[in-house]
Amino acid sequence: MDDFVDIALTVNGKPYRGRCEPRKLLVDFLREDLGLAGTHAGCEHGICGACTILFNGQAARSCTTLAVQADGAELLTIEGLAGDGGLHPLQQAFHDHHALQCGFCTPGMLMTALDFLNTVEQPTEKQIREALSAVICRCTGYDNIVKAVAEVAKAKQG
Amino acid sequence: MKPPKFAYHAPAALEEAIQLLERYQGNARVLAGGQSLVPLLNFRLLAPEALVDLRKVPGLADIRVSQDRIHIGAMTRQRAAEVSPAVRQHLPIMKEALGWVGHLPTRTRGTIGGSIAHADPSAELPMVLLALDGEVFVRGPSGARTIAADDLFDSVFTTTLAPGEIIAEVRIPPMDAHAGFAVEEYARRKGDFAIVAIAAIVEGNAERCTRARLVAAGAGGRPVRLRACEEMLQQRGLDAQTVEAASRKAAESVTPTADPVASADFRRHLTGVLAKRALGRAIKLLEVPSHG
Repeated sequence: MDDFVDIALTVNGKPYRGRCEPRKLLVDFLREDLGLAGTHAGCEHGICGACTILFNGQAARSCTTLAVQADGAELLTIEGLAGDGGLHPLQQAFHDHHALQCGFCTPGMLMTALDFLNTVEQPTEKQIREALSAVICRCTGYDNIVKAVAEVAKAKQG
Repeated sequence: MKPPKFAYHAPAALEEAIQLLERYQGNARVLAGGQSLVPLLNFRLLAPEALVDLRKVPGLADIRVSQDRIHIGAMTRQRAAEVSPAVRQHLPIMKEALGWVGHLPTRTRGTIGGSIAHADPSAELPMVLLALDGEVFVRGPSGARTIAADDLFDSVFTTTLAPGEIIAEVRIPPMDAHAGFAVEEYARRKGDFAIVAIAAIVEGNAERCTRARLVAAGAGGRPVRLRACEEMLQQRGLDAQTVEAASRKAAESVTPTADPVASADFRRHLTGVLAKRALGRAIKLLEVPSHG
C-alpha cells in the first residue's frame, strides 16, 4: 500500500521528475513537491476552480486529478503565464480593470479565461459569464473580471 | 480533504485491467477521468483498496461511425465528444447535453464512459444514452456483452455491471436527421448538478408525431423514461394543448425523492415545466426543414 510512483512531466516548459504516493493530488504535487504554490487549493472537490491549470493545453482542475494521471503531461500553471516581456495580456487586463481583490481565485480565473479565449472566438458577454461560472469568486462580484476578459477577447480580434 | 491510501495500477491492456478488478474482488475502482471519483476519494466517501487507471489502455478514446451505430470509446473525454463532427452530425442531442455537463475544465478530463458507469441519477449523459436507445459494450471476466441503457441503470450510483466488468465503448444509433430535440435543465448555477433535466426527441410533423422520446434526470434513482407523456404525444400529436397535457402527465408519472437540494414536489413540478420547454424547442426544430 505504501508504493510510491515516479512521475515525469513538463511544467511551464521545464521538465520535472517527482516521486509521490499515488493518492497525491496534482494540486498538492505542484505546490508541495515542485514548489509552484501559485496554483491554489480551494474546495478540493472540483467546484470552486481556484486550482485550474492547463493540462495538455486545456483547462482542468488539479484538485480532481491525481498527480500520477499527469505523468507524461504538459502543464501550464500561473507561474508560466507571464512571459519575459512582462504580464500576459489577461493579467494586464485584470490589473487595469481591478478584477481581483483577495486574489485567491485569480490563478484559476486566469487559466480558465485563457483556455476559454483559445476555444471561443468573439465570445458574447453571456458566453464569458458562463465560462467564468466555472470559478467561484467571493470578492469582486465578477463584473470587473468579465470586463477584463471581454477586453482581451476584443483585442484578439484586432 | 485528501484521498485515503490505495494501491495504484495502470495496466496497458483491458484484459489486465479486468484481471486486476477480479483480483481485488470488488474492492478496486476503475479510474477513467476521475472527475466524480477523485472528489469522492477526497471526501473519503470511498476508500477502495486499489484504483485501476485506464489511461494506458490503447484504443479506448476513439469515435467511429459504423453502418448503424456511433461508437464512442469509453475513455473519450467529454470535451472531445462535444467538438466531434460525428457527434454533432449524428447525435446532436448529445452535443447539447454535453454543454450542461460540469464546466469546460471538468469536461477536459471527464469521460463519456466514466460518467455513464458512475450512474449519477442527475447526470446528463445517462439521460441521453437512454433517450437515444444507446447501449454499452462491456468486457469482463466471462467475456464481452452489450447492455441496453434501460437495462444498465439500476438505482442511485448503481449499474447492473458485474464485478470485474468494464465499459469499453458506448454504441448509439444515429438520430433521424429530421428529428427535433432539446435538453432543458434546472440547476442553481450552470454547471452544477442538475436538480432536474429533460431530454426530448420528437419525430414526425406538427400534426402527427410518429415517435416521441422523453427522459428525465433528477426525477428518480435513475434516468426515467416518461412513457405516459410519450404515448399521449404519439396518439394526439404535437399541438399546444397536447404538449400542455403531456407535460402534466410527465410530472404526474415521476416519483422523485426529497433531498436537501430539492423537495419531491419541486422535482415533480420541474419535470412538468422542463418537459414543456424541451418539447417547445424540439417541435420548433421539426418545423425547420433541415438542421444539424
